[in-house]
Amino acid sequence: MQHAIPVDELGVQGRFMAEAVDACVHCGFCLATCPTYKVLGEEMDSPRGRIILMKEALEGSIDLAGALPYVDRCLGCMACVTACPSGVAYSHLLTPFRTLAELQRRRAPMNQVARTLVKETLPYPERFRAAVQAGRLGQLTRRLLPAELQGMLRMLPATLPPAAPLPEVYPAQGPQRARVALLAGCVQQVLAPEINWATLRVLARNGVETVIPRGQGCCGSLSLHIGEAEQAQMLARRNLAAFPTDVDAIVTNAAGCGSGMHEYPLLFAGEADLPQAQAFSHLVRDITVFLAELGLAPPDGLPEPITVAYHDACHLAHAQGVTAPPRQLLSAIPNLRLVEIPEGELCCGSAGTYNLEQPELAAQIGERKARNILSTGAQAIATGNIGCMTQIRTHLAALGRPLPVWHTIELLDAAYN
Amino acid sequence: MPNSALIDALATFLPVHRLLRQAAELAPYESDALTAFRSRPGAVVLAETQEEVVRVVELCHRHSVPFVARGSGTSLSGGSLPVAGGVVIALNRLNRIVHLDPQRRIAVVEPGVINLDVTKAAAPHGLYYAPDPSSQLICTIGGNVAFNSGGAHCLKYGMTANHVLGIKAVLPDGAVVQLGGDSLESVGPDLAGFFVGSEGLFGIALEITVRLLPRPELYRTVLAAYHSLAAAGDAVAQVVASGLLPGAMEIMDNLAIQAAEAAVHAGYPRDAAALLIVELEGERVQVEAEFAHLLQVVEASGPYEVRVAKDDADRARIWKGRKSAFSAVGRLSPDYIVQDGVVPRSRLGEALAAIQRLSAQHGLRVANVFHAGDGNLHPLILYSGRTPGELERAETLAGEILNLCIELGGSITGEHGVGVEKRAYMPAMFNPVDLAVMNELRLAIDPKELANRGKMLPDGDAPSLTHPGIHPLEQQGVISRA
Repeated sequence: MQHAIPVDELGVQGRFMAEAVDACVHCGFCLATCPTYKVLGEEMDSPRGRIILMKEALEGSIDLAGALPYVDRCLGCMACVTACPSGVAYSHLLTPFRTLAELQRRRAPMNQVARTLVKETLPYPERFRAAVQAGRLGQLTRRLLPAELQGMLRMLPATLPPAAPLPEVYPAQGPQRARVALLAGCVQQVLAPEINWATLRVLARNGVETVIPRGQGCCGSLSLHIGEAEQAQMLARRNLAAFPTDVDAIVTNAAGCGSGMHEYPLLFAGEADLPQAQAFSHLVRDITVFLAELGLAPPDGLPEPITVAYHDACHLAHAQGVTAPPRQLLSAIPNLRLVEIPEGELCCGSAGTYNLEQPELAAQIGERKARNILSTGAQAIATGNIGCMTQIRTHLAALGRPLPVWHTIELLDAAYN
Repeated sequence: MPNSALIDALATFLPVHRLLRQAAELAPYESDALTAFRSRPGAVVLAETQEEVVRVVELCHRHSVPFVARGSGTSLSGGSLPVAGGVVIALNRLNRIVHLDPQRRIAVVEPGVINLDVTKAAAPHGLYYAPDPSSQLICTIGGNVAFNSGGAHCLKYGMTANHVLGIKAVLPDGAVVQLGGDSLESVGPDLAGFFVGSEGLFGIALEITVRLLPRPELYRTVLAAYHSLAAAGDAVAQVVASGLLPGAMEIMDNLAIQAAEAAVHAGYPRDAAALLIVELEGERVQVEAEFAHLLQVVEASGPYEVRVAKDDADRARIWKGRKSAFSAVGRLSPDYIVQDGVVPRSRLGEALAAIQRLSAQHGLRVANVFHAGDGNLHPLILYSGRTPGELERAETLAGEILNLCIELGGSITGEHGVGVEKRAYMPAMFNPVDLAVMNELRLAIDPKELANRGKMLPDGDAPSLTHPGIHPLEQQGVISRA
């Protein structure tokens, strides 16, 4: 598509944005897999509509303020990227655009407070843990708070599991086949620390030694995806320094983190850290990809037969193109029958901080996902992202069908006696 | 400028979030899948009921404001290009399957129902909806009806017109009529057939009764790779001459193969000059017998490699590659013009050779991907709008290809419709009497020329792809080309 984006004024990111617009032929194939288009049925809330809006805002032919409500409603699920025949790198437009918009926009005061709270707590496990504790006290005074903060409080879990600190090294069982570094994560570490432990056990059982580098922190993708590039860079730099590169892989068990770490080269485009960022992102593997490439040690199986629906986390399936490895691993588990979810390409509505910022749409999309899951008759759900797990649990419960939702790695862990 | 009295009237029954007026709400509706043309409407109505559509049309008629119906905006001929300042009636929310009768093998659907969703709804009954445009995962039945859409498998089953039994439509003055019925044996003239392919000039379909077919028991899909495009074209003629009637027969040239492979990894032979896809489908016994015959014919046509789809997944990949090819060409070039000319099947090889010659003459790449079985060519002319003069060269080349199709005894459009893009070629295709009759029919139904004004029928200010320099409509600020 033709455009008149002032590429030179926008720096390195301008080129990325312009290339994405160039590649779009406006064919509409993306509409079919866009969750917001499916729910809202209007062109502005479709990928190609948003491309037009971002293009025109960058060109200056429409106001940024006019375009933003639609760009804000984008989940960033990247289903459109999977669907796009002409190869539009949508994230190369969306991510820099959000950063640019954040510098120019004026948010309402309470919205700004809520956003700052998100930005300053979620990426930091200790702060988040403290915030959850404090938030429980806040439940009492909830009705006195503005809507934005009430929504945040509703999302907080009632209790937190105890967190045993992770070791620095978790040795391989038997002959060592590989050595990896694990990203411990931020939110997931607080909400579901058992996922990291399951990861360590499964890796060990597969002959993999895991190091958990000290000094690491949040990968920065949460900040990156909400347009806080500066914070994202700060967090990413910390990990570039903390992680060894003499490992076979840098492994993550959170789809969002894997996707964000693969975007480090975009984040550091044109900067001195670029070579290091490229080397780092080259090593990043989702846990399921790593195990599938390594060759999974045959699991013993589950005690009872069970039918499991696999939910594709967008940041795995669309942002990283990973759909086969998790299915391959789950299919290797004796006694586990895997089923597919109708409209499987659609996001569950969790999408990072989306359910905080767009609660109504997130709820509609979440309910649609829950209904699709229930239509399969599955007894449990497996997926590869903590955000999806929380969202799916919430919406299954809301429909009165609270099925268990596990991380893929937890099922594998359970399948090794 | 939009008519403020009309807007006020619309606002009495449409909430503000379904009567779009702001720049940011309108910009995404300026184009369909032909982005060479853009035009900003005065308002977009997101209709949710048939009654709303009728009311909007009535009001447009009363205020003499042109309106354009729009489904998913996938037209490749600018069929749903808005009229500047006019009203766009978006029908994609009008997407109920009103009724599906598996015994009688019919479905009654609203115009915003997505083509593939008809098949999805029919699948549990072992039925499907046959017309399969490449955009079937998002294009709507309303648009298919307006443009008599085809698709790869229309070779065996015919176009949309062959699958529409009845249409409830609102005419441009707001009157609601029922055309045709719910069976093939209708009484009187085929008025539903008259409406199909009228490109929106006769009004808007509100309910469409379509035929459903039993899903074929067996598919056999063959890929044959050739060293030349002409050899693949000749192979098509040989398959036809053999008496076989495949479900689909498609050809892709090397550029199209490269693009499709990059997009979906279909597993095509990347070095082929041309790839022929032939699919047999139907009852098992018959397909198995025909398959042996087909392989003989194909082997004799001089391919250097022949492959048969291993399983359903392999077949799906082959078709996904083919159906993504147009959009995938976006990977090869920032801009392109999709052509839709038709030539007699017996002259395919000749036409393809001529296109290659024209491509070389004008120094522009042309990718070919087309419904070979019915002679429906889709040359994609690759150009960059940033290079001065290249758009004009591409348009000249496009014009020469269309003239070539007419000279060979074919047509300027097979399935994409005339739209705004090919209006200028109507006089080359039809004589003045034919055109005058078409115009009289249109004026009889729509004297104010409100319904999809500016499409199909040429007039004094028809946008022309071969017009040198700025187009008269652009000069007047009616359209703009980005």
